[in-house]
Amino acid sequence: MLELKNISYEIDGKKILNDINIKIDDRFVAITGPNGSGKSTLAKIIMGIIAPTSGQIIFDGRDITEMPVNERANLGISFAFQQPVRFKGLRVEDLLKLASHGNFSDVKALLTEVGLEPSKYWHRELNDTLSGGEMKRIEIAMTAARGTALSLFDEPEAGIDLWSFNSLIKVFEKLYKRTSGSIVIISHQERILNIADKIIYLKDGRIDSYGEGQKVLKMLRELTGEITLKNDGEENGDE
Amino acid sequence: MNELEKRMLKEVAELDSLPVGAYNIRSNGKSAARNTTSNIDIVTKTDVSGIDIIIAPNTVNQSVHIPVIISETGLKEVVYNDFYIGENCDITIIAGCGISNCGGEDSRHDGVHSFHVGKNSRVRYVEKHYGEGTGEGKRLMNPTTVVELDENAYMLMETAQISGVDDTIRETNATIGKNASLIIHDKIMTDGVQKAVAKMSVDLDGEQSKCDLISRGVAKENSYQEVVLGISGNAACNGHAECDSIIMDNGVILATPQLKANCVDASLIHEAAIGKIAGEQLMKLMTLGLTEKEAEEKIIQGFLK
Repeated sequence: MLELKNISYEIDGKKILNDINIKIDDRFVAITGPNGSGKSTLAKIIMGIIAPTSGQIIFDGRDITEMPVNERANLGISFAFQQPVRFKGLRVEDLLKLASHGNFSDVKALLTEVGLEPSKYWHRELNDTLSGGEMKRIEIAMTAARGTALSLFDEPEAGIDLWSFNSLIKVFEKLYKRTSGSIVIISHQERILNIADKIIYLKDGRIDSYGEGQKVLKMLRELTGEITLKNDGEENGDE
Repeated sequence: MNELEKRMLKEVAELDSLPVGAYNIRSNGKSAARNTTSNIDIVTKTDVSGIDIIIAPNTVNQSVHIPVIISETGLKEVVYNDFYIGENCDITIIAGCGISNCGGEDSRHDGVHSFHVGKNSRVRYVEKHYGEGTGEGKRLMNPTTVVELDENAYMLMETAQISGVDDTIRETNATIGKNASLIIHDKIMTDGVQKAVAKMSVDLDGEQSKCDLISRGVAKENSYQEVVLGISGNAACNGHAECDSIIMDNGVILATPQLKANCVDASLIHEAAIGKIAGEQLMKLMTLGLTEKEAEEKIIQGFLK
């Protein structure tokens, strides 16, 4: 479904990604790796937010390397930002309606799924009166509402406040069941890595390992000190 | 009223037909329709052009519509409308001016609205200014609003000029009594070579008086906006002024918050921000399938909603 061919990205003389070659066909893929290994950059390159210095991106057999973000979005790629964007004046309903495109009958149910009471949040402005955690959950609901062939989540667990980690996992499981698309999640959370069909381990801008989830996870557990895997709520204090 | 005038009426006052309650519709310098009710009287002024709107004490859940339409090129008028709102009222006043100018001469409406709001009364005032037309003649509007809020009174002003006005100077002067509150939400969008100046000056005279002045502006193309938000705290009071603006193309915005504390117990705050649309906002909406242009429109629409 998604193929990256010789993808490299360089900025200010520094190589962030170095000759990435990968095919993603599985339904649930996690990308993990140390901070600065290029995970977010890779996701942004897939969405088109960043243009690679070299290489090709093939999506469903089509070369999308030069395709602008909105065209990729309409082709079936979604992206949940690690740091959700705030808008003065635009409301939760505006963006959820825009995201759902009529594909999903009840977008309000998605708010409930991410632990936000629709009657309280539907008309809220996406401004700084919402906490970082609330913004993050809305961002996840928005990406789930699109229900596209490929959904990218950039560290969805980061900053999730006062919300059960179990619920976050359930959102992905429901999305998995509801759509026939693929979910790619950048995460440090062992619980998320644990449910992935495949795991990509990035290190220094290169793919260090790519394989069946449990096998890669086992290897990662042995690499104590090299990467930090987080257990439930360790970062979020939410359980 | 012809089709053009009906359409303008819809634009400025959201009216498809004559409204319920009291109204005075002014078209091309004359009163085109008027209705009074048992507790809302409308009287034509004899010394100057305009009307007095007299609202009896204890009038609640009623509305007054006073839209103005100009479709004749070259028409220039100064109109004085005085509102006398008795005690313990709760009313909505819908004003607004629409100028359609397809001719070569400038059309101009200068409206001076004065509100005398009695004790414990609540007023929502909605004013929309709109211009259109293909002529060389300019569409000019200079509204002046004078507000006097008596003890415990509350007034919410929602004023907007979203398109088509070539030049405007909008002045608001208010004095706020004991425990009374004034909230102003002002929205302006300019394009082409339009110029808009908005000056608000509020005197917080009464103990525990409050005001919240919120201005949002979008200046596109080569347009120019100037916003002055002035608050004088003359008693133990709370004043807040916020000016938030988006500039695009070669648009220019000058925002000047002016706070003056004449009393040691006055608490006054201002915030002002001017900037272009953030790249990450455009990018977020593009990841939802909008083109850059559509994303821009969506952001402005939300910002001025």
